[in-house]
Amino acid sequence: MGNDSIIEIEDLDFSRGHRQIFKDLNINIGRGEVTAVMGPSGTGKTTLLRLITRQLVPDKGRILVDGVDIATLNQRELYKLRRRFGMLFQNGALLTDYTVFENVAFPLREHTRLTNRLIRHVVLTKLHAVGLRGAADLMPGELSGGMARRVALARAMVMDPDILIYDEPFVGLDPISMGVIVRLVRRMHDALGISSIIVSHDVEEISTVSDCSYLISDGKVAASGSPEELSSASSDLVRQFMHGMADGPVAFHFDAPDYAEQLLGRDTE
Amino acid sequence: MFREIYISLHEFTRTFGAMQLFFIRILRHCPTVLFTRFRLVVGQVHNAGAKSLVIIGICGFFVGAVLGLQGHANLARFNAEDTVGMFTAFALVKELGPVITALLFAGRAGTALASEIGLMKATDQLSAMEMMAVDPIPRVVVPRFLGGVIAMPLLAATFSAIGLLGAHLIGVGLFGIDVGAFWQQMQTNVRLDDVYEGIIKSMVFGVAASLFAVWEGYSSIPTAEGVGRATTRTVVVTAIAVLILDFMITALFI
Repeated sequence: MGNDSIIEIEDLDFSRGHRQIFKDLNINIGRGEVTAVMGPSGTGKTTLLRLITRQLVPDKGRILVDGVDIATLNQRELYKLRRRFGMLFQNGALLTDYTVFENVAFPLREHTRLTNRLIRHVVLTKLHAVGLRGAADLMPGELSGGMARRVALARAMVMDPDILIYDEPFVGLDPISMGVIVRLVRRMHDALGISSIIVSHDVEEISTVSDCSYLISDGKVAASGSPEELSSASSDLVRQFMHGMADGPVAFHFDAPDYAEQLLGRDTE
Repeated sequence: MFREIYISLHEFTRTFGAMQLFFIRILRHCPTVLFTRFRLVVGQVHNAGAKSLVIIGICGFFVGAVLGLQGHANLARFNAEDTVGMFTAFALVKELGPVITALLFAGRAGTALASEIGLMKATDQLSAMEMMAVDPIPRVVVPRFLGGVIAMPLLAATFSAIGLLGAHLIGVGLFGIDVGAFWQQMQTNVRLDDVYEGIIKSMVFGVAASLFAVWEGYSSIPTAEGVGRATTRTVVVTAIAVLILDFMITALFI
């Protein structure tokens, strides 16, 4: 798989304070594939994205992008690498002082010397692709959650990246917006021939767009494979997650003292 | 108890060191930003300076007016009412102009800078810039820092000028001090060194107030409470720093 991987994560350890988030994590992101990273809330999915983009640094292990260990890059090299990334943040992270048009134009203005006319052409093309050409003059505050995410998607792909990263793209969307975003993700991927990483716990939506999925639990890869393979897996954890069952290895309740004892504790004392 | 003191000292040293490194990063980018992002700097001078003009004007006028009242009431005991202009000019140009302007600047522009940068951090806008390979220091922090540094001496000068008008209105308009004496005493006794002292103070205060504001915003915890705390700390830290710096600069000039 090594040669077909655009990103390789090898034996990665990462902790926050005393809490170990990842322990010996190994993941390969296939070139030209849509790779889904799934897992219960709090397993560190967003943290993994921040590690891949070196917004965070691992305690141990390596993250290779096209064979280059990103930990060895200086700031200039890192920024050069990041130009190959496009990232869709969970909340869109649009620049609130700028219009939709200027948000999408932002990377072009910062990194290229294109004329205003050409920038306008590129931005309108990208906005048209996400169906928001008509919203070019709106401010981010005037957009719904789904629209903001579509604008962020247009901005993420305006520099024609090699790798698109989506952080929980389906959270909090109504069914129509969700359907639109799911179709957009797949359409962008197929049209641009890029590699995509999607972090999400929306099993149904992920299954319709991903080529390969990783299920993370307890800081490790609990299962990996195509959506079909994961759906038919025999592991209790995978079955619980994929089918949304309340009972299983992943407890719904956070560690707590006995319920009855806590409620009636005073009376029994 | 010793452990708590040790932890506090350790935390203070760590934060102070981090802030110095942050300041060095800002300084390193200043020349480039001035040449390549001059428009952004002008926009921030407008935000920090022009938008603070009303509060600076009102406060300057009334501080000058109070100096006029106090000056006349107390100097009249020595038959020295004519020196109200000189007295007001000394107080405003050397001390009150730079100090009060810096305190007002911290409350108006400093809090705006800190909360703006803090909110950008809390809403992932700074992370998004980094992911777009745009360094937020030259793009967001330095223009705001330079805007504050440039605006502060101009605001202090405005404060002092309007304060003198306030004192003139009270001294000449209300108490009938001779207008010629009012300005003549000022012109004869206020030296250029006194004006330099005020200018240097306002420049130093501008650097300090702008640095604390952008630092607090940039290093804030990215939550509503974190941004709120950063905003409050901006005012408190700037006020303390300005008064300490004022003492140090005054001691140097005397």
